[in-house]
Amino acid sequence: MITDAVDLLVIFVLAAFLGFEVISKVPSILHTPLMSGSNAIHGIILVGAMFIASQAQGALQTSLAFVAVFLATLNIVGGVVVTDRMLDMFKSRQQTKAIRPEDGAKSDTKR
Amino acid sequence: MTAAIHISANGLTAVYLLSAVCFILALKALSSPRTARYGNLVGVAGMVIAVLVTFLVQAPGHDWVIGGAMGLGALVAVPAARTVPMTAMPQMVAMFNGVGGAAAAVISVAEYLHDLPLGVPAEKGVPIVFALVVGAVSFAGSALAFAKLQELMTGRPVIYPGQQVVNGIVGVAIVALAVLVVVTPHLVAITLLAIAALALGAGIVLPVGGADTPVLISLLNSFTGLAVAADGFVLDNVILVIAGTLVGASGALLTKMMSDAMGRSLPNIVLGGFGATPAGGATAIGAGQERSVRSADATDIGTLLAYSRKVMIVPGYGLAVAQAQHVAVELARALEARGVEVAYAIHPVAGRMPGHMNVLLAEADAPYEELEEMDQANDEFPSTDVALIVGANDVVNPAARDDPGSPIYGMPILNVDSAANVVFLKRSMRPGFSGVDNALLYDPRTTLLFGDAKESLTKLLAAVKTS
Repeated sequence: MITDAVDLLVIFVLAAFLGFEVISKVPSILHTPLMSGSNAIHGIILVGAMFIASQAQGALQTSLAFVAVFLATLNIVGGVVVTDRMLDMFKSRQQTKAIRPEDGAKSDTKR
Repeated sequence: MTAAIHISANGLTAVYLLSAVCFILALKALSSPRTARYGNLVGVAGMVIAVLVTFLVQAPGHDWVIGGAMGLGALVAVPAARTVPMTAMPQMVAMFNGVGGAAAAVISVAEYLHDLPLGVPAEKGVPIVFALVVGAVSFAGSALAFAKLQELMTGRPVIYPGQQVVNGIVGVAIVALAVLVVVTPHLVAITLLAIAALALGAGIVLPVGGADTPVLISLLNSFTGLAVAADGFVLDNVILVIAGTLVGASGALLTKMMSDAMGRSLPNIVLGGFGATPAGGATAIGAGQERSVRSADATDIGTLLAYSRKVMIVPGYGLAVAQAQHVAVELARALEARGVEVAYAIHPVAGRMPGHMNVLLAEADAPYEELEEMDQANDEFPSTDVALIVGANDVVNPAARDDPGSPIYGMPILNVDSAANVVFLKRSMRPGFSGVDNALLYDPRTTLLFGDAKESLTKLLAAVKTS
């Protein structure tokens, strides 16, 4: 790779500041979806698990790599699906909001 | 199978940069209701780009390990995440966070074992140890938080004498073992270190309970981010450092926002603020049975509602558990048809996660304009005839406002006690999630209707229609 430890340190510090800045002012209804969404993002550890798998030697290291890839995949897939389900609720609310003013009578007859 | 596609180191870094930009945009979009859904999709795009290219570059000879484990992971995760009820979302987040922490810890151990025959230099040993400890703490803590929220064990704080001392000793042991692992690399030492870190994770979560648990999950989410970043240093990988650090930093800020929304300080939560009065819950229940409460049947309360001018519905966790949101909205419609003004007062942390009530009521098609946030609702309670509390307790407990000795003192609440009448729909006299008794239940203006929220609301609906 083209990076050394100091380069990574620079990236680390800048990313930390960016992480603080990027989510300023989150309404409380989005706290949990944001937690869940960022939870999915740290599933990027899958990339690390793949590196481990590709260099694994012997049964123990291969097993550890298999476990790591499995767990990281759970993290990504589960995190994304759970976040999507939470945010689905926002979609239905916005649609309800959009339909109501122009066509209130229709949505009433539906139930 | 596929031979490795040759991509230069620079090329790979460029791909990772693209993926990092996606993650930044995703976090940004996720913090606004309008763009949140798009945010999740951009995050997925960043993930697919990084994972796909890494797979093509790294896979030769080990395709089956990676492919098999990924397939198995997806096979387990999709049904689990799809079928879980909305009420169980916080513990699912805890679980998927925990496995990420575990993956980070396992990776650092695997890399350590890989390098052991040649010796592990200190500049690599330090991030290895960090990723292992933080990842393992996150895993054990998340697993315990899952168990608490899933009610596999008590959701209350678990306190025992000398708890802080025990956690302190484990902490010191971790530091000592970590130094040992870095200075004189050894298999036994790193195994003991992993065990100690797991114990610390459990030790941190045990004394935290009640409504504080989701805040703690957010903190552990931030921890996992940091463990991932540390693995980035271990593996000399830019995207792990960037994405892990983004989550670590934004997660820390989010944790602070969540605890602020509950009027609690983070140190207070982590050090077990509720723990100060471990026996308080029990005595409060005992004392509660001495005092008298007023309960009524559904017909009486239905009439009260039907002839009110203004009713505020205050939903809480009980509504979620009973899946009563549809009946609640139906009751509101029936009241509105009679000319009663109806609104929903939403406490930011009602339920078990912020936004829980908005999500449920939106699902039941409650009109957006009728969902009122705390400040707006509190302006309206003095002119409200009936505050109808459906399965909420802590978020309307006046002790949080009036009693400096109460464990929940300082949490902002809905001032339902300024309404002319208060009606509680409750399953039992048991105190709320925090275990703190609610004096409002014994107030002369308060009427209780015992039973499952859905059944009670259905009875009220029938009563309103016939009165």
